[in-house]
Amino acid sequence: MRRAYFKTSWIAALLLAPQLLIIFVFFYWPSAQAVYWAFTLEQPWGGGNTWVGFDNFRNILADPYYWSSVRVSVIYAIAATALAMGMSLILAMFVDRQLAGYKAYRVALIWPYAIAAPAVGLAFRFIFNPNAGIFSYVNTVIPGLWDPTQIGWQALVTIILAGAWKHVAYSFIFFLAALQSIPRSLTEAAAMDGARPLRRMIDLQLPLLTPTVFFLFVINITDSFTDSFGIVDTLTGGGPFHATDLMVYKIYSDGFRGFDYSGAAAQSIILMVLVMALTFVQFRYVERRVHYT
Amino acid sequence: MIERTPLLNFATHVILLVGLALVIFPIWLAFVAATHDLRAVNSAPVELWPGPHLWANMQEAWVLSDFGPKFVNTLIVAVGVVVGKVTLACITAFSLVFFNYRGRMLIFWLIFITLMLPLEVRIVPTYAVAANALSPFQVMLDATGLTGLIETVSGIRVALEWNLLNSYTGMILPLVATATGTFLYRQFFLTVPDELVEAARMDGAGPLRFLWDTLIPLSKTNIAALATIMFVYAWNQYLWPLLIITDRANYGMVVVQLSDLVPDQFSTGGGTPTWHLAMAATLMVMLPPIAIVIFMQRWFVRGLINTDK
Repeated sequence: MRRAYFKTSWIAALLLAPQLLIIFVFFYWPSAQAVYWAFTLEQPWGGGNTWVGFDNFRNILADPYYWSSVRVSVIYAIAATALAMGMSLILAMFVDRQLAGYKAYRVALIWPYAIAAPAVGLAFRFIFNPNAGIFSYVNTVIPGLWDPTQIGWQALVTIILAGAWKHVAYSFIFFLAALQSIPRSLTEAAAMDGARPLRRMIDLQLPLLTPTVFFLFVINITDSFTDSFGIVDTLTGGGPFHATDLMVYKIYSDGFRGFDYSGAAAQSIILMVLVMALTFVQFRYVERRVHYT
Repeated sequence: MIERTPLLNFATHVILLVGLALVIFPIWLAFVAATHDLRAVNSAPVELWPGPHLWANMQEAWVLSDFGPKFVNTLIVAVGVVVGKVTLACITAFSLVFFNYRGRMLIFWLIFITLMLPLEVRIVPTYAVAANALSPFQVMLDATGLTGLIETVSGIRVALEWNLLNSYTGMILPLVATATGTFLYRQFFLTVPDELVEAARMDGAGPLRFLWDTLIPLSKTNIAALATIMFVYAWNQYLWPLLIITDRANYGMVVVQLSDLVPDQFSTGGGTPTWHLAMAATLMVMLPPIAIVIFMQRWFVRGLINTDK
């Protein structure tokens, strides 16, 4: 623990003030506002909000479209996370063998991190479009077999692939860093005992990676609830027929296209609670992993 | 380590090459599409090798989307976020680590909690605040009865108003309002030895002098890492500018412009989709952050792992 401090003075408060002011105006106030809106209903033609209790939540939970949105979000979150993490884990393990050219692989697998979600969405929209994309030849044989703009599950598959693709780089960076922090003495001891590289991967590296796997799992799931907006908006626009209407996208379309602020706020609250619960789990774990001295 | 594993080495290369191909393939297809003309890009099966029209397509997409001013806008916002974040996070963490006042931990947690809720989740009310950034204070004045008090005393009705829609400030401030950087700096500041602080005090240096002359030179790596992450984060913003920038001609951002290039019935009017232009624009938009990440790779990877973001 630190023992030497500067004498407390107005400087300390002055340095703290800007950040506190900004997070008050742009974080705490809006979050409180969301709670307020969720429990009130705006009067048409102005005249303030009236208290309606849990009515907004009841309306949402009775809405079949909301439940379909939840279902799609969960499928998307789990599938995209599993795909991205599986692929990045395999790649990181083999890059970590440090054969010739591994530095080039490292750079090549990291840069997709920098690509904006809407750019990924637009590129995948082209790649999977039914008329000129990679599956277009299928349609020349059997017309209408592949069409994500009309068939719901195919649209869902395309956003899952796009989301997974976008997250490979992020997970890869963490897996590789974790692998490289495994002490060399452990690997050498295992090799002395006659464990070949593949055996070491399964019995030594994989168990040592479990904390990273858990951390990335939570981060990826959280991200897929929030970061998916750009992908959905340019790739499918929530369609066809709400098949890819993820929760964050529904908040946006209800709030800003349907002007249903109260409904959107109630949905935000539900998503907030979900994301906070996930983050809390992660912090509990981070607390144990990071040692403050 | 000396081990002979020719078979596994071969398998390793195969797996890595396949993985690399999977990662690069989508971007390759987008690149190829950007090099063909309207007819070729819309013919099935998909083209796999580049054509001769890359330059022409890029020029056409550039003019069509009016990218010139939009790249400037995006750059202004990205640099604004980077500078704002690097400065704010640094002074906040400094105050939290090098002073010992009551409520320090409480303030740390107040800032730390902002990591929990990304902007996308609280988008609707944040938009309302951006329409009038002073509204929180107005509501507080009204609620405490101060508005009425001031009106009776001075005859002036207080109506605070600061509209941030369609402005750089409105783009930048909410993106700065998170704890990412504060956390990174705090982690680093905690490792600075006490002796350094004591030496500075013995030499008669005040806190600000210590910050400027000792800490900032020491945290260059941190600054580089944070700057890279924040630049990519700000450049790639989509939902927020989509909402608050309605005056796209003057304040539009490049990433938002991509939504106008989606070839659906709205943009092509039922005509042939202009994929070649959409892909050329996509390539141009994604290039600057990719260049930054590759160029700054060493610092960026370290920063990412230390901030857990």
